[in-house]
Amino acid sequence: MTQPDQRPTVTITVDGAALRAREGEMLTTALARHGLLRLRRSPNAGTPRGAFCHMGVCQECALHVDGAIRQACLTPVSAGMAVERRGVL
Amino acid sequence: MTHDVIVLGAGPAGANAALAAAEAGLKVVLFEQQPAAGGQVWRAPLPGLRMPSSPEKDSGDALRARLAASAVEIRFGRTVWSVGQHFRVDAVGPGGNEHAEAPRLIAATGAHERVVPFPGWTLPGVIGLAAATVLLKSHGALPGTRVVVAGCGPLLAVVAAGILKAGGTVAAIADLAGPGDWLKALPALASQPRLLMRGAAWALKIGGARIPVHFRHGVRAADGGEAIEQVRLAPVDAAGGFSAGPEITLAADALCVGHGLVPGAEIPRLFRTAQTFDRRRGGFIPRLDACGRTSLNGLYACGDGVGIRGALVAEAAGRLAGLASAHDAGALSADAFAAAAGQARARIAQARAFSDAMAEMMALRPAQVAAIPPETVVCRCEDVTRADIEAAHADGARDLNQLKQFTRCGMGPCQGRFCGDVAGELLAAKVGSREAVGAFTARPPLRPVPLADLMGAFDYADIPIPAPAPL
Repeated sequence: MTQPDQRPTVTITVDGAALRAREGEMLTTALARHGLLRLRRSPNAGTPRGAFCHMGVCQECALHVDGAIRQACLTPVSAGMAVERRGVL
Repeated sequence: MTHDVIVLGAGPAGANAALAAAEAGLKVVLFEQQPAAGGQVWRAPLPGLRMPSSPEKDSGDALRARLAASAVEIRFGRTVWSVGQHFRVDAVGPGGNEHAEAPRLIAATGAHERVVPFPGWTLPGVIGLAAATVLLKSHGALPGTRVVVAGCGPLLAVVAAGILKAGGTVAAIADLAGPGDWLKALPALASQPRLLMRGAAWALKIGGARIPVHFRHGVRAADGGEAIEQVRLAPVDAAGGFSAGPEITLAADALCVGHGLVPGAEIPRLFRTAQTFDRRRGGFIPRLDACGRTSLNGLYACGDGVGIRGALVAEAAGRLAGLASAHDAGALSADAFAAAAGQARARIAQARAFSDAMAEMMALRPAQVAAIPPETVVCRCEDVTRADIEAAHADGARDLNQLKQFTRCGMGPCQGRFCGDVAGELLAAKVGSREAVGAFTARPPLRPVPLADLMGAFDYADIPIPAPAPL
């Protein structure tokens, strides 16, 4: 079993709403804990998509972090981070 | 030239290659996308997370300690997006774009997951088996609250036992293989007693928790609206195609599914080195000599990126490639090279039976590809279905690159890594062979990179403006 999480709790925003997360945890994990599995829609068929490979290959978890496109599975959480699932909802 | 040798990838292969070259006195730089070494197999827990001990974590910790104590210059958190002639490597990192140059380059870029498509595989909550190992080993997270684990090969047991160990719930395991397939592999697995014991411990954990194991079953579909809600399993025959029999429907908020691994051989492919198609090794792989030299002078490759063989072989093959680069650079005498290389080759020979048996269980089953329904998406990035692919063939597409031009299959941000193998198989069923269908052409950028990261921050005054030509 995983030992108690020692990492400090911080606040980030997702589409403008405040969300509590652990500093340094992967953005994918923080979002999933709050039920946010859908991170984007596929550009052609518009079907819902979420993290798939968790190792930076598939690009399905791409979203905007502080204005830049980032892969959520490669992005550790930091305090005040502004996440947007822009244009895909 | 900034270095003697550049190594790409800090998994068991790349890290050992870098260590061997550095021990021989070469100036080595090692690029890695993740924040720590270990690759996917020995992935480090994220900073601040304390994870329980396991053989994989211990192997990773030992490797990370050796690297930290070595002379290897390690650049973590770098996305390598270009590898050019005479080996100029460009990567985006925390400080923007950077580059290194060396007369020798060792590619140890690892493998990625193969998931043979089924209806609903693009739903949020459906993730790969290797993806699940990342959550469990590195992120300290569970894939969901009630998880179905499906596919083939040893990762099924790794993931199911890992979820149980972390306190999660496994609804069921669906294995394309039958108990007889595992029995057949047993003598080969027994050649590595330590790993066989590890497998037995997983099996005990799964058996002890009374998790239903559905042998010879595959995923018929994942159903849900905005995320996965249930999984439907159906019986399959020995070849991997669906057979008659009742479906099993399971409520689940996560499905971890994987059908083996595909070598990420894009760097040898980028340089158009000789390659060969090897179904057991996961697809198109570069042709190498016994020490990991490709057909291009100065370019070496090792690890699962040149054919699926697992971590045991990757460690030795990485060391071999590192030694070869040192010998070719004149830093290691013929005698010293022969002695060290002999030991590494002996370790590869010892691991062969185990590694072959595991690779065989993870190899692509053509009947499984044949069972993909026509309306199912094959290329996730561009939403290209099997029917689209077959329509393109009817219109004259005869190889993968033509298919890409006809349909955009493989043209999206994953650059064909997730659809290439299956699309190749679908086209090969029409054209005759995988060799005829070929592989997607590799080109830079090797990974998508934001333009802003490449440009960095600068002021107008920083832009060099050449003096006007005299009139």
